[in-house]
Amino acid sequence: MSELGGTELTPKTYQDQHPVWCPGCGDFGVLDAMAKAFSQLKLHPKDIVLVSGIGCSGRTPGFMKCYGFHVVHGRVLPVSMGVKLAQPALTVVGVGGDGDAFAIGGGHIPHAARRNISVTYLVMDNSIYGLTKGQFSPTSPMGLEAGSTPYGSVEAPLNPLAMTIAYGATFVARGYSGKPKELTDLIVRALTHKGFAFLNVISPCITYYNTYKTIPQQIAPVPATHDASSQIAAFTLAQDTSRMYLGVFYETTQPTYEERLHANVAKAAAAGVPRLDEIMASFV
Amino acid sequence: MFRLGGEGGEGVLSTGQLLTLALARAGHEIYTFQTYPAEIKGGHANFQVRASEHVLLSQGDHPDILLAFNEEAFQKHHGDLRQDSVVVYDSDSFPRQPVFAGISYGVPMTSIAVEKIGLKLSKNMVALGVLAGLFHLPREAIERVVEDRFSKKGAEIRQKNLAAVQAGFAYATQQLTKRDPYRLEGVRHEKQELVLSGNESLALGALYAGLKLYAGYPITPATDIMEFLAEELPKVGGVVVQTEDEISAIGAVLGASYAGAKAMTATAGPGLSLMVEFLGLATMAEVPSVIVDVQRAGPSTGMPTKTEQGDLYLAVYGGHGSCPRIVMALTSVQDCFTGIIQAFNLSEQFQTPVIVLSDQYLGHRKATVPKPDTTHIQRVERVQPTGEDLQDYKRYRFSASGISPMAIPGLDGGGYVATGLEHNEYGDPAASDPENHFRMTQKRYQKFTAVEPLANDAVRAYGVEHPEIGIIGWGSTEGVIREAIEMATAKGYSVGALHPKILYPLPLGQLTPFIKQCKRVIIPEVNFTGQFATLLRKRFATDFIQLNKCTGLPFSPLEIFHQIEAVAKTL
Repeated sequence: MSELGGTELTPKTYQDQHPVWCPGCGDFGVLDAMAKAFSQLKLHPKDIVLVSGIGCSGRTPGFMKCYGFHVVHGRVLPVSMGVKLAQPALTVVGVGGDGDAFAIGGGHIPHAARRNISVTYLVMDNSIYGLTKGQFSPTSPMGLEAGSTPYGSVEAPLNPLAMTIAYGATFVARGYSGKPKELTDLIVRALTHKGFAFLNVISPCITYYNTYKTIPQQIAPVPATHDASSQIAAFTLAQDTSRMYLGVFYETTQPTYEERLHANVAKAAAAGVPRLDEIMASFV
Repeated sequence: MFRLGGEGGEGVLSTGQLLTLALARAGHEIYTFQTYPAEIKGGHANFQVRASEHVLLSQGDHPDILLAFNEEAFQKHHGDLRQDSVVVYDSDSFPRQPVFAGISYGVPMTSIAVEKIGLKLSKNMVALGVLAGLFHLPREAIERVVEDRFSKKGAEIRQKNLAAVQAGFAYATQQLTKRDPYRLEGVRHEKQELVLSGNESLALGALYAGLKLYAGYPITPATDIMEFLAEELPKVGGVVVQTEDEISAIGAVLGASYAGAKAMTATAGPGLSLMVEFLGLATMAEVPSVIVDVQRAGPSTGMPTKTEQGDLYLAVYGGHGSCPRIVMALTSVQDCFTGIIQAFNLSEQFQTPVIVLSDQYLGHRKATVPKPDTTHIQRVERVQPTGEDLQDYKRYRFSASGISPMAIPGLDGGGYVATGLEHNEYGDPAASDPENHFRMTQKRYQKFTAVEPLANDAVRAYGVEHPEIGIIGWGSTEGVIREAIEMATAKGYSVGALHPKILYPLPLGQLTPFIKQCKRVIIPEVNFTGQFATLLRKRFATDFIQLNKCTGLPFSPLEIFHQIEAVAKTL
């Protein structure tokens, strides 16, 4: 990883080695959109930490010039929380795929959501396990014939948006790697959201589950009439699977986890912060 | 030594705690041991406190005084009593007089509580007063701890409990004729002492080490570390997170440490099992981290409220691949304070996880310890890149020590990816370079050559200098072994012990000459298979004598002494 060239923060500033993804992978579009969003917000690479899990998407930090932590499978959110709590001024972006986020790591999402930690969680959802060469994932449609489901998947897919809205995430949105401008805007909105921002990005796998032909026929922008401040409206829209709506489903403002925790620190401080020796003296 | 036994929820533990505090305030050295039922209410609970004018090394062997709240408690413990022991019992809860050859005092504790105080629950306070009256404990010390305990419960409750203590005291001094020799008057003390448990001592030490983030999941017997820190850490600017599971806890610790904060988690065996995958990442990505395991009896859920030294294999070897980490074992309440500070320093200096083993016996017992000198506490910080390093920053640069400068997010020019993938010096994935995997593995092990001398320094030796019979112990058995050695040397046996504090890497510089020169070496461990003995057998072709106990209870000094005697007869 080399030094920053100029001081100008263009999208190129953030891009490092050429990704090892398959040509045509949706993740390229996500990477470009992330770089553009960072550039628009003039975030300095030294102040960004990308935390990633395991899978094709997990390699993302290696392709960008900023700080990165490529952790174990499914544990993006706990590590992101640790980074954010240690240095609340950093921009912390968690990235993972649908397997990393919704299968092995699914248990962490409700807790990140209800705590409302200021982490942007960007899930590159291709509805397949790509790096292990094509097994069905939690978002694969019922009946999908894949590596481990030769007779078709017999499991219902989960609905990442309805799920995170129900968990109390304070920002829930969906983007598509094939709509780079709209995706960049969504990433900017997620990054500037105070609290936990969940952004599910449809990012097709060209090799094991090519949906490039079907997705353009399913997508539609979130209706202009949608009230994104209403959790009920957001949930209803998320349950409407007749279309694949793109945009912000839900956004609300709540105190963040780091604010609440640091308010406790301030409360303790207001009571007169004891020197360590005073804490020890309670045992005499 | 006092032992208190009764039904869980009858106030056995709180009586024991108050008695302990009062004894300590009266200047006695104290050493407690407790077992409690897994149920919150009900089941048999017992609490033991040993008091002395001299430094205490263990919980001891035989109770001098048994306080039995019911007949079951007497039945359970009378086997441990000697002829000269004393039994104090609640005569209201005994259908018949206890059959005991020694001295016993029956006191109608329940009736006193009901008739004089009007509060049946205050029976344990009556008992406390009886003990004070019978054994000459300073009355004002007892009353002060009772007042402190109930200070937040309102004047009425405080007064009732105080009255119960006074009623017990009056009964003992006026109705009972003392027939035993035990007296515990106050002792004058020059030095200042702390009264705290192993877990409290450890948590306090972590504050002094510079802890900034604690993440944990409730688990017996480690939970009180989190509870203590939840109260105290915010006061010094840190945060405590109760995570959704232990995996998340160690994840948060690694994230915080990656971002430059000193971070720790504490758990017990089941939690450490869950953390193993992350431990590998901490080694691979070279992230400083401190993981405390307050061991309990396993495997699986095991016996959560009982003690064992059963997690050593897991601590040393747990995980896939070649995955070294430092493993320490705490030995005493005092050592919990200094040991955890050393754990943080080692993790920072060597950029590696440090697993710190404690156990239920050590974590939950209270002891008096000299107030630590906090003016000379050294805090080690990880090495950070210089301006020159940042010209072409290699996070995992090969070096003679194996240690490379670690950038903290926010540092311009220090951007890198910490990853669990095998990587080159820059941190970039390097699976296609066979030589690199060997060199990086070597780098991660290289760091440990500099830990071994520190491990040698951390070994403590007891008993005669060139013994015929050697003992090698680890962790919480230190005091019991020392006391057994004192018994054995008094009888003229040639016995000495080594007690390492850092178990991985092994302190071979100390162990090798000791093992060579002893005729026989005994390795006592509170586990079934002898996990430390197994580690040592990999390095030494010695026919070690294992002494294993796997009952959920710690060794008593006599158990070790008897083994020494048995071995001495074979020499």
